[in-house]
Amino acid sequence: MVPLNWYLLLSAAVFSIGVFGFLTRRNIIIMFMSIELMLNAVNISLVAFSHYLQDLRGQILVFFIITVAAAEASIGLAIIIALFRNKNTVHVDEMHEMKG
Amino acid sequence: MENYLLIPFLPFAAFLINILFGRAVLKEKAHWVSILAVAGSWVVAVMTLRDVLAGKTLNENVYTWILAGDFKVSVGFLIDQLTAIMLIVVTTCSTLIHIYSVGYMHGDNGYYRFFSYLSLFTFCMLMLVMANNFLQLYFGWEGVGLCSYFLIGYYFDKKSASDAGKKAFIVNRFGDFGFGLGIFVIFLNFGTTYYAPVFAQAGSLAAKSYNFLGFDVHLMTLISLLLFCGSIGKSAQMPLHVWLPDAMEGPTPVSALIHAATMVTAGVFLVARCNPIFSQSETALVVVALTGAITSLFAATIALVQNDLKRIIAYSTVSQLGYMFLACGVGAYTAGVFHLYTHAFFKALLFLCAGSVMHAMGGELDIQKMGGLRKYMPVTYVTMLIASLSIAGFPGLAGFFSKDEILWMAYSGSSPVGKIVWASGTLVAFLTAFYSFRLIFLTFHGKFRGTHEQEHHLHESPKAMTIPLMLLCVGAVAAGWVGIPALIGENIGIHNGIAEFMKPVLGHAEGHGTHGEELIVMAVSVVVGFAGIGLAWFMYMLRPDIPGKLTAQFSGVHKVLYNKYYVDELYSAVIIRPTIWTAKNILIGVTDAKVIEAIVNGVPAAIGGVSRQLRKIQTGLMHHYATIMAMGIFIIAALMLMRSW
Amino acid sequence: MEQVMTNTMGFPILSSLIFLPVIGAVVLLLLNRTNENLIKWVALLFSVGTFLVSLPLFSTFDKTTHAMQFVERHAWIPSWNINYYLGLDGISILFVLLSTLVAILCVLISWNSVKMKVKEFFISILIVESAMIGVFCSLDFFLFYIFWEAMLIPMYLLIGVWGGPNRVYAAVKFFLYTLVGSVLMLVGIITLYLYAGRTFDILALSKLILPYDMQFWLFWAFFAAFAVKVPMFPVHTWLPDAHTEAPTAGSVILAAILIKMGAYGFLRFSLPMLPEASRAMTPVMIGLSVIAIIYGGVICLAQTDLKRLIAYSSVSHMGFVTLGIFALNVQGMEGGILQMLNHGIVTGGLFLGVGAIYDRTHTRQIADYGGVASVMPVYASIFIVFTLASIGLPATNGFVGEFLILLGGFKASQWAGVLSATGIIIGAGYMLWLYQRVFFMETNQKVAGLSDIGARELAALLPMVVLIFWIGVYPTAFLGFMHESVRHLLERVSDGGVHGVSVAHNVLEILK
Repeated sequence: MVPLNWYLLLSAAVFSIGVFGFLTRRNIIIMFMSIELMLNAVNISLVAFSHYLQDLRGQILVFFIITVAAAEASIGLAIIIALFRNKNTVHVDEMHEMKG
Repeated sequence: MENYLLIPFLPFAAFLINILFGRAVLKEKAHWVSILAVAGSWVVAVMTLRDVLAGKTLNENVYTWILAGDFKVSVGFLIDQLTAIMLIVVTTCSTLIHIYSVGYMHGDNGYYRFFSYLSLFTFCMLMLVMANNFLQLYFGWEGVGLCSYFLIGYYFDKKSASDAGKKAFIVNRFGDFGFGLGIFVIFLNFGTTYYAPVFAQAGSLAAKSYNFLGFDVHLMTLISLLLFCGSIGKSAQMPLHVWLPDAMEGPTPVSALIHAATMVTAGVFLVARCNPIFSQSETALVVVALTGAITSLFAATIALVQNDLKRIIAYSTVSQLGYMFLACGVGAYTAGVFHLYTHAFFKALLFLCAGSVMHAMGGELDIQKMGGLRKYMPVTYVTMLIASLSIAGFPGLAGFFSKDEILWMAYSGSSPVGKIVWASGTLVAFLTAFYSFRLIFLTFHGKFRGTHEQEHHLHESPKAMTIPLMLLCVGAVAAGWVGIPALIGENIGIHNGIAEFMKPVLGHAEGHGTHGEELIVMAVSVVVGFAGIGLAWFMYMLRPDIPGKLTAQFSGVHKVLYNKYYVDELYSAVIIRPTIWTAKNILIGVTDAKVIEAIVNGVPAAIGGVSRQLRKIQTGLMHHYATIMAMGIFIIAALMLMRSW
Repeated sequence: MEQVMTNTMGFPILSSLIFLPVIGAVVLLLLNRTNENLIKWVALLFSVGTFLVSLPLFSTFDKTTHAMQFVERHAWIPSWNINYYLGLDGISILFVLLSTLVAILCVLISWNSVKMKVKEFFISILIVESAMIGVFCSLDFFLFYIFWEAMLIPMYLLIGVWGGPNRVYAAVKFFLYTLVGSVLMLVGIITLYLYAGRTFDILALSKLILPYDMQFWLFWAFFAAFAVKVPMFPVHTWLPDAHTEAPTAGSVILAAILIKMGAYGFLRFSLPMLPEASRAMTPVMIGLSVIAIIYGGVICLAQTDLKRLIAYSSVSHMGFVTLGIFALNVQGMEGGILQMLNHGIVTGGLFLGVGAIYDRTHTRQIADYGGVASVMPVYASIFIVFTLASIGLPATNGFVGEFLILLGGFKASQWAGVLSATGIIIGAGYMLWLYQRVFFMETNQKVAGLSDIGARELAALLPMVVLIFWIGVYPTAFLGFMHESVRHLLERVSDGGVHGVSVAHNVLEILK
């Protein structure tokens, strides 16, 4: 029986990697993957707590998150492709259309 | 009497017909409608006079005009002695002048328009004199002002004419401002604006004082003076006289009807009508008397040196109106109204003769360019001579009796300024005789001084014009015979009819003097009249070089008089130009553009400025946002941890 | 006395009036945009139809009561206690009639002057008409607010799309000015709603007794909305711009109806709902009115632009209206209401007239005119009637209104009466000067050879002329509508702090 804390530590580690990746990398695809990492870190903790508390609602929620994440990933990637077609780059510093 | 409504509404119907169908249908036959209507009014007015002479009067409301809370006013009619005499003056002059206009305006392309305005004027004037309440009086008052505006500006494509019309209207509005306030004060104190109850209460409120704009003033004085403001404007008294000379831009029949015989006397009518109020206030009467005296003197001096035929007569009108106010101011309302009535005839006649001269001279108005017209236009000459004799106070003519009555009342009455205004009135009588005959001599005597072409065209006017002249001439001679003073009348068995007749409305002013004094006053006025005529004859017939020398010697005085004391220039500099300057440079330039718009545009501008600064936070770089987010999360987490400790 | 009288017409007349123009707009929407003639005729048909439907209001209105008439009431959003609640009393009825009339005239005068987006133009006019009628009929504050704001959108489009060269600036200015005021009013409405125990019922709110502090703040919140619409000094600067840039129909609607809504708001809301504050604020309101009268008038003397001059004269004339209303006596208030109507007729007429000549010359500069009376005599004689009514000549409607207002104003404050009366002199000055420069003097090259107005333009102008003399000679026909309502309103304002307690209590009882 693996204790809850280990799962939580794993989740925290994965989340931190995601944050670090998102903040340091400039390639938009890698940043996108980092976001996915963070999302999955949350999923890990949800499943862990669900098991620990013997409450299936946590796992149901995880299914929802995975579904939404899949949709979000596909839209996100579509946007990235559209951007790439227009700007011919995936480097975020060269995308500043939203500058005020 | 039952058909009294026909008196005003016949001319009104003529106005409607002419204005609607004149241009397309009636054209050069437009005068028929108007003349028939006005003549019809005259007939009914004469019948009404007969009834009033028989002692019948009438005060009747037709319908409620305005009703709001306790304020109620009707369209209503009052026919008494004063109204009756005004009806006769208005309809008689109006009818004759309508006929005269057929000849004078012949061939004008606004023919129908001219007659419709004349009829509208007659309607408004009749509504004015027949009103039984102040508000309807005000309706007629403004209505005649409007017609005067239209008719002065009849030749509207001339700038001077349209300027003059506008000026007349606006100057009158200054007077009406006071008049309107007077009506308010009357309503607030009497609770009504009908004459009858107001005049009935005037005595009981005689001692009342009233807080006006923070000052406690004598109520009757206040009302009288406010109403008198209206009179000053309408009757062209100082300081609102400036519009009347300019009003001569209108066609001459208009000058005769509106600016001599009827409309301008409305101010006198107002004072006479409100005599129960004015009589309660000695202050107000003194103001009226002095205004009249000063104006008459002032206008007469200007008339001495003018060269414009119509303007001389216009100043003479201002001066004679001053005479009427002088009479009212010394309490002799009957004398004032009597002079109004005689003046209507001889002054209308003077103007119509002037029109006849203009007609012959091809529109020329400068009397220095006339002369010797006597042999070309005998009828005009004779009638104008009689009118001038009448105004100069030649014994037996209309002007003599009314002028004498005024001077005697001023001399013998109880007014504190009676003697002063008598003296100034006598002086004015001299000046009047002088300038009237200066006009006659320069125009009709001597040699013709105009161009050769003008001389060739000189002719007597058509019958349509000369017949009204002759009829008015009868009036200028005989109109005064209804008011022969007791002094003379006793000996030949006639009594002063008009004074008796007007007594119920205007009261009876008592003179305090002996027959001897009365004879002296009369003799003085006759003598100064002859002296004036004689001086004019001396200066313009016998020694025509004198006027030029005098002008050269007193060039300063001449210039001031010739430029009418620079009153127009003064108003322009003190009122008109500063107002427009303020509007342009302060209200539009500063208040609206720099203050209000600055605030209105400033608030959005300030918001815009702040947001322009805030915008810089938005770099568009994703990692900036990410870093800030991360820092935010860190701070929130840190705060939560700190709190849980 | 009963508060409301049920509708005895047999059909919902007010709803018909509100929705008939909307139906017209929908029909126009479905038409082919290339068939401009059909569009114009359909627009005319619907506006005339609405006018005809509104005529029974005039004949069947019961003048002996202040109660609301032709009432319709349906629940709309019951959970918030919002109702579709319509009715008319002596104060509002005349404006409904004026709105339906003005809409016809606007359609007529725009017949040839609108060249682009004809369909959208007439749709806007019909929508505006519907909203105008709605504003005057609403007895539910929420419904009122919706109409009040709905009016802005088509008006904004009318100015911004079909206006003059500087139209966008003017449209945005107009929109922002009125919106800022309206938003403050919305806050006031919600405050009232919550305080009164969740009701938007205008009649119920008009019986409340509010604490003075609350009345004070609400008064200024409402003031923001109404004063901008009137427009009172110093929030008037949107009006000259909007009037100048708007197309003729837009100016006419603005002058005739839209700016009346501000004054109507004071009468319908500020005075009865906040009587104590209204009484206390009278000196301020009278002061602002007097300033507006003189300020607006003097500015007119220096204007060089035809429409701008008339716009500033509106500021001056609306000063008379607010002076009359806040004189808080019968003469002033009846004069004020009548003057609202008069100003709608006269200034509406002036703008119609200016529109007619602008179509020919395409210039608004006064200096470009001169001698028009020689070229267009019929037009000149109609225009002089508007001019004279504007300067308050007796026997025209302007006199009756201004006289009553000045009388009431003089009664309330002598200084106000005296100072405002100078506005009459100034008014004569600028209007006659304008008339002289446009119509008199030598014919300007730019106007030589213009054709006089035709039957269509005559049809647009004559109703106003008839109304001017009708009200001027027999004002009782119109004053009669308002006697009872004004009496009732003044009673409410004068003893709103004392007499109303029990009534307010009853209302609260009923609402529970």
